[in-house]
Amino acid sequence: MLLSESEINLTHRSTINSTAILAKNLSKHVVDVTNKASANKIEILNDLNLQVAHGESIAIVGSSGSGKSTLLALLAGLDVPTAGSVEVSGRSFSTLDEDARAAMRGAQMGFVFQSFQLLPTMTALENVMLPMQLANRKDAKQMAVATLEKVGLAERLQHYPKQLSGGEQQRVAIARAFAPKPAILFADEPTGNLDIATGECIIELLFSLNRQANTTLILVTHDVQLAQRCRRQLTLQHGQLSAI
Amino acid sequence: MTLNFVLAWQQLRSQWQAGDLRVLVLALVLAVSSITAVNFFTHRIAAHLNNQGGMLLGGDAVIKADRAIPPQYSTEAKRHSLRSSSTLEFASMAINADKNILAEIKAIDDNFPLIGDFGVQFLTERTVQNMRTRPAKGEVWVEPRLANALNLKLDDQLELGAIKLKVAGILLREPSRGGDMFSFAPRVMMHIDDVPATKLLQFGSRVKYQLVLEGNAENLKQYTRKIAPNLQRGESIEDVKTARPEIRSALDKAEIFLGLSAMVTVVLSIVAMLLASAPFVARSQEAAALLRCFGASKANIENIMLIQTALLAAIAGGAGCLLGYLVQFGLAHFAGKLFLENLPAPNLTPIVMGLLLSFAILFAIMLPHIRALKNIPTIQILRRNFVLNSSKIWMNYLPVIVVITLLIFLLAKTFKLALAFLAGIFGICLVTGVLAFGLALLLHRASQSKAFDNIICLGMGNLKRRLGLSIAQIVGFSIGAMVLMLLVMIKTDLMQSWQSSLPADAPNRFIINIQQNQVEPLKTFLSQISAIKCTPQVFAMVRGRLVEKNGQPINAEMFTEDRAKRLVSREFNLSSAAVMQTDNKLQQGRWWRADEAAAPLLSLEHDIAQALNIKLGDTLTYDIAGSKITLTVASIRKVEWDSMRANFFAVTPPETLAQFSASYMTAFYLPKNQDNILNSMLQQFPNFTVIDVASIMNQVREIMSKLATAVSFIFVFCVLAGVVVLYAALVATRSARLQEASLLRAFGASRKQVILMLLTEFTSIAVLASIVAVLVASGLNYYLSRYVLDIVYQFNLQLALSALVMALVLIPLAAWLVIRGYLNVPPKQLLNSI
Repeated sequence: MLLSESEINLTHRSTINSTAILAKNLSKHVVDVTNKASANKIEILNDLNLQVAHGESIAIVGSSGSGKSTLLALLAGLDVPTAGSVEVSGRSFSTLDEDARAAMRGAQMGFVFQSFQLLPTMTALENVMLPMQLANRKDAKQMAVATLEKVGLAERLQHYPKQLSGGEQQRVAIARAFAPKPAILFADEPTGNLDIATGECIIELLFSLNRQANTTLILVTHDVQLAQRCRRQLTLQHGQLSAI
Repeated sequence: MTLNFVLAWQQLRSQWQAGDLRVLVLALVLAVSSITAVNFFTHRIAAHLNNQGGMLLGGDAVIKADRAIPPQYSTEAKRHSLRSSSTLEFASMAINADKNILAEIKAIDDNFPLIGDFGVQFLTERTVQNMRTRPAKGEVWVEPRLANALNLKLDDQLELGAIKLKVAGILLREPSRGGDMFSFAPRVMMHIDDVPATKLLQFGSRVKYQLVLEGNAENLKQYTRKIAPNLQRGESIEDVKTARPEIRSALDKAEIFLGLSAMVTVVLSIVAMLLASAPFVARSQEAAALLRCFGASKANIENIMLIQTALLAAIAGGAGCLLGYLVQFGLAHFAGKLFLENLPAPNLTPIVMGLLLSFAILFAIMLPHIRALKNIPTIQILRRNFVLNSSKIWMNYLPVIVVITLLIFLLAKTFKLALAFLAGIFGICLVTGVLAFGLALLLHRASQSKAFDNIICLGMGNLKRRLGLSIAQIVGFSIGAMVLMLLVMIKTDLMQSWQSSLPADAPNRFIINIQQNQVEPLKTFLSQISAIKCTPQVFAMVRGRLVEKNGQPINAEMFTEDRAKRLVSREFNLSSAAVMQTDNKLQQGRWWRADEAAAPLLSLEHDIAQALNIKLGDTLTYDIAGSKITLTVASIRKVEWDSMRANFFAVTPPETLAQFSASYMTAFYLPKNQDNILNSMLQQFPNFTVIDVASIMNQVREIMSKLATAVSFIFVFCVLAGVVVLYAALVATRSARLQEASLLRAFGASRKQVILMLLTEFTSIAVLASIVAVLVASGLNYYLSRYVLDIVYQFNLQLALSALVMALVLIPLAAWLVIRGYLNVPPKQLLNSI
């Protein structure tokens, strides 16, 4: 189910509820497939709580395997928790089915993945247009062109991902994330696949666009320096979040 | 080498566990098993059909002679482990009291028949007995027609020459009732040892001596090779194919069809494997790149890949052969209950063929990738950003094209059919490629016009986004659909052609020796008989010997082919007609006009013209009872000999032969149990000779129906191969589609939207593939019907529409089934797994 234009306006930048994301007693367990006999559970997240205000930027840091990406997926409704709940702009994911969660994502969220996740069969322009086409936005093309110009890829609109460098691909991914003007942006190790110089450029771009759009930013990284550019830094350890 | 082998094996195992290899192995196993099963089954059916044909000869082959067969022929047969049996055939009067009739006597020894049996009715039995026995000494079996004509009952005495023999059975069916149908008179079957006592065979008697042979095909071939060069004038060796033109025609058509079915299975399987090989090749490239990083040489990589390919070919090929062997057993068992009494045991040739095929196909697919891998820098593979030189991509398919071409020529029975099939395959690739490209662009343009919903636009646009893959899928689907349709079309046409060539009321009695003044009384006689539905056509026959071609004398020595020699040594039946018979087809020249009724023109049958190298416009001189007449070849006709209708090699305009005395003949359908009509006709026209072809027609009809059932069984295999193509095409693009679907889900697309997009894309593919398949299959069917199978072409609109509807339902449905399981999985899991 997709949200209508009026619903989007209602939920988008809601001033009624100043909390963008609220995670309560969030747990995620998986079964240890290597030891089926004992059916051991691995606790990735354990009774975790988090509140993020609209317009806030937070960084979640932690070592590899600490569950950062899992947390991000749960906050974005890409995955379902074993226990606990996530509310986005006052609506709980636990009451929604997968289609309704998808509609929420389409209306309110944007994503930047570590591995870019561009569709190789689409041009840069088509990749950026994609989320807006799904939302049936009539201005998808203008918005996509404008955002690609903002990220410095005006000359690369018709290029395919394999014709772009890693940095350029990530800029397309950032354009794709910002073009629909989401309320919340999830970024999962956005510089993880890039060299230092390119990574810095990308971060500059990400934060600059974030400032302009006043988007709620949830950034997952293991890079402490990058994390410090966010207003709030949290560390994920043993399935629990704590302030740095 | 050992290390390379270990690495190759380990990689294969891990790729199997990762799932990339399974589709390829499945495709290869299915390819080999279907081909092996088809080959096993067709070999066995072909052997069985030859046996069936053998029943018409009484053996696998027969040596015919117009004088006693030299004893060394049977001694040689024994040396080649062949069984043999001697028979004699001659015409003589059979007498009972004051009645007599000309009978065709057949004297057989204790071994006859070597294949098949007699259908005989005895005094104590009302039912027909199928007998492997033969008349005892002092006894005869007679045909009902003879029993009726001579008023004979069982246990009566029949006078043959100097002796009397007891009528011990009524002969209803016999093997070997073949040969020249115009020589038929009612049969009397007797023991060969009684012949001398009859004193019927004197110096100069016309006797047909036969040595019937039966045994292993290879031994028979060697025997024929040895005997054939030593055959004297008047001696010939014939097998099922050469002995009976109507059976030969049916067998040829069946062989063409079975060959075509095998080719279809091969091509479909290769298409499936090409599609299924992509993920395996990609993984192999990654593994090779890693090995290169760790210090492996190019030669190491090449060896590992070659070992992997050989291992895969051997394992999948072996499994395929085994499966094919088991499947054909099941089929043969099932088929045996339906229509085949005893299929001969399978031989091992299909196993060897299956393994060779497995290696040939897999190496043809893998070799270009193995070669390419050596030339791609490792870092490009690791970064996954290498692009093959597009102008050289077609080279990757060259080995596969070569293998397909070789296989087609190997499997096709005729050069013409192989060419037609090849042209069809390459034609459809070209036509579908161009059409797919054009339509993808059109759809892309349409998708930008904002006339459609965004999701539908995305689905339509996917065709252009994955242009190469889309074209490959459309070509794959089209070929699958095309060959399946072609099989249905040809099968339907063949069946209709066979059915219509032998309708239930096809003529079963021929009357010859009709004099000119008896033509009208005969027509009157026949028109008064209610059992004979319509008054049959009466044909004039003038016997003449071909003596000159274009003014030059012509004789047997001028020809090398036996058939041509025989044709010029004997007299032709020249007939006349104002209009061409409806079942004849004009191939060259024109039929005569009404004002050419007495013109010296001639219409020749195609095969005889070819055998004697006679062309349109040639002049032929015939010697008719001492007078010569020169005729110009005005047309060349194709004649359906298996229609069993009266037909003539040479036909002139109606008045051209008026000056010569002619005898006449006719043919009509006489329903069962109406033989008394013939008796009263013979009383009125005692000089008539009536030839009964009902029994031979029943045998032909039986063989036709078995062929048709065999064809249906082979057809099932081709359908299975088509399904594998569909599956392989879907699986080959599954990971790309999953990535797309999960990203769309991450960006907020609903399940409905993802499905709609997928269905739009596959519906586009289905429409294009089915339209092109209908067009190309119809074109190819027209060519095959007209020029190869020699049957009448009809466009099958119902089938075309069914194909379109089936494709529109099946292709999107199959696509949905492949991806459906993933739509309920959280997108996070899918993104992780990609």
